[in-house]
Amino acid sequence: MQAAKMVITGPFSSGKTEFIGAVSEIDVVSTERKITSSAEQIKETTTVAMDFGRITVGDDLVLYLFGTPGQRRFDFMWDILSQGMLGFVVMVDSTKPETFREAKRILETFEGYASTPYVVAANKQDMEDAWEPEDLRIILRLRPEVKILPCVATDKETVKNVLLELLYSILEELDKEESAQHN
Amino acid sequence: MALKGNLRDFSTTQLLNLINLARKTGTLTIQSNGEVANMSFQEGKLIYAHLGAERENYLAQFLHNAGKLSKEQADIIETRVQGKSDKQIGRLLIQAGHVTQSDIIQSVRQNILNVVYKLFTWVEGLFRFEANQLPPPTLITIPIDLESVIMEGSRRLQEWEILQEELPDLDVSLRFTERPDARLRNINLTVEEWKVISLIDPRNSMRKIAQANNLSDFEIRRIIYGMLQAGLVTLVQQPAKPRQQPIQAGESPRRKRAKAAPPTESLATRRSMVERIMDRIRGL
Ligand SMILES: Nc1nc2c(ncn2[C@@H]2O[C@H](COP(=O)(O)OP(=O)(O)OP(=O)(O)O)[C@@H](O)[C@H]2O)c(=O)[nH]1
Ligand SMILES: [Mg+2]
Repeated sequence: MQAAKMVITGPFSSGKTEFIGAVSEIDVVSTERKITSSAEQIKETTTVAMDFGRITVGDDLVLYLFGTPGQRRFDFMWDILSQGMLGFVVMVDSTKPETFREAKRILETFEGYASTPYVVAANKQDMEDAWEPEDLRIILRLRPEVKILPCVATDKETVKNVLLELLYSILEELDKEESAQHN
Repeated sequence: MALKGNLRDFSTTQLLNLINLARKTGTLTIQSNGEVANMSFQEGKLIYAHLGAERENYLAQFLHNAGKLSKEQADIIETRVQGKSDKQIGRLLIQAGHVTQSDIIQSVRQNILNVVYKLFTWVEGLFRFEANQLPPPTLITIPIDLESVIMEGSRRLQEWEILQEELPDLDVSLRFTERPDARLRNINLTVEEWKVISLIDPRNSMRKIAQANNLSDFEIRRIIYGMLQAGLVTLVQQPAKPRQQPIQAGESPRRKRAKAAPPTESLATRRSMVERIMDRIRGL
């Protein structure tokens, strides 16, 4: 049995658990806890260790989706989660400009772990206050080759699109490796 | 769609950089400590800025601020020109020989810049960008390139924290963006900034450049920050940390040991795996 792995990361409450839940064939094995600290009391639960979702591709291949915990005190999990991943998705809550700096920090940290491709999901695009993906691109100072995709984590089609775009980027990376081998 | 937030989370330079790069048209309103500022942009150029209550006309005041009219002259004009627009007043003043057209352009420009430079000192305040909303056509607007405004604004930056967050690592190096020559031509740089420019090279870290020029950590960060936001330079991507031995995916949750796809597998195998996953996701 072969396993492939992708990591879904992003700031607190950006929609990671929702995103994995939209495509996972098992209920997300999530380690949610009720939130007690008042600063983060904007929703009922938060992910404390990680989220875990699965998509069976065939008898011999599964894709695992890992979501990182949102709160900073679980940063130590990131390094472990990122090992051996095919690529990663950075989720951003497009309606919360106060989290963009944090998103940038997370993105840079993950870039440091591995040179795998990644995409940014501009999540919650269904909400009125959402910043446009292209504005987020500038604020997050994304390099031109990094894709930023509109996303609504509660809408499966947009989640599929984000994953497919990430996989395209991975294929492009393989193309590059291939042509490097030939030269 | 919205473009709103709090200056706590963005510097004014960052916002201007966004407007500049995205070539936005519209008006940015910032409210802070009971003061309201409006800045208008057309295709990424600053064309107007105004602080405080809306008035019917501003020109006499602008000309007085710029020393082109005395206080008495400005007051007289203001009482006589009720109901006239700035454009009309400008025309009358030029015809009467009180001021020249270039006096008017310079004073309006100076007033716009004064407002914007004042905004650089605001560290908190709600902002909101209304796309396509522009000042009334009766006002005199002057297009000003944002690159030079951003450089000037970053010279006034006092907040160590912003710079520390934006440029945490002084061991990163820089390179010029495309066509820096065209951009540089429009910007007034200080001697210190030119010295930094002359050392921009992917082989030179910021720390090295600072040492060569005797700049403090704060000073080098401030100069580089301005150049980044003005679109002159970009950070050079650092090589990723050497890959640690990948642990097997699927190992952490307690289930049958699954084999991760190690990078040693042939490209063809990896490609076929990725393609299979894509097919599966399409079918979800
Ligand atoms: N309207 C809207 N709500 C969303 C979207 N994505 C997530 N949400 C909601 O946003 C809240 C946070 O989503 P989560 O999936 O818990 O976020 P998370 O990133 O897992 O949060 P942590 O694990 O605490 O970091 C939940 O109430 C979701 O239902 C979206 O695209 N649109
Ligand atoms: Mg979660």
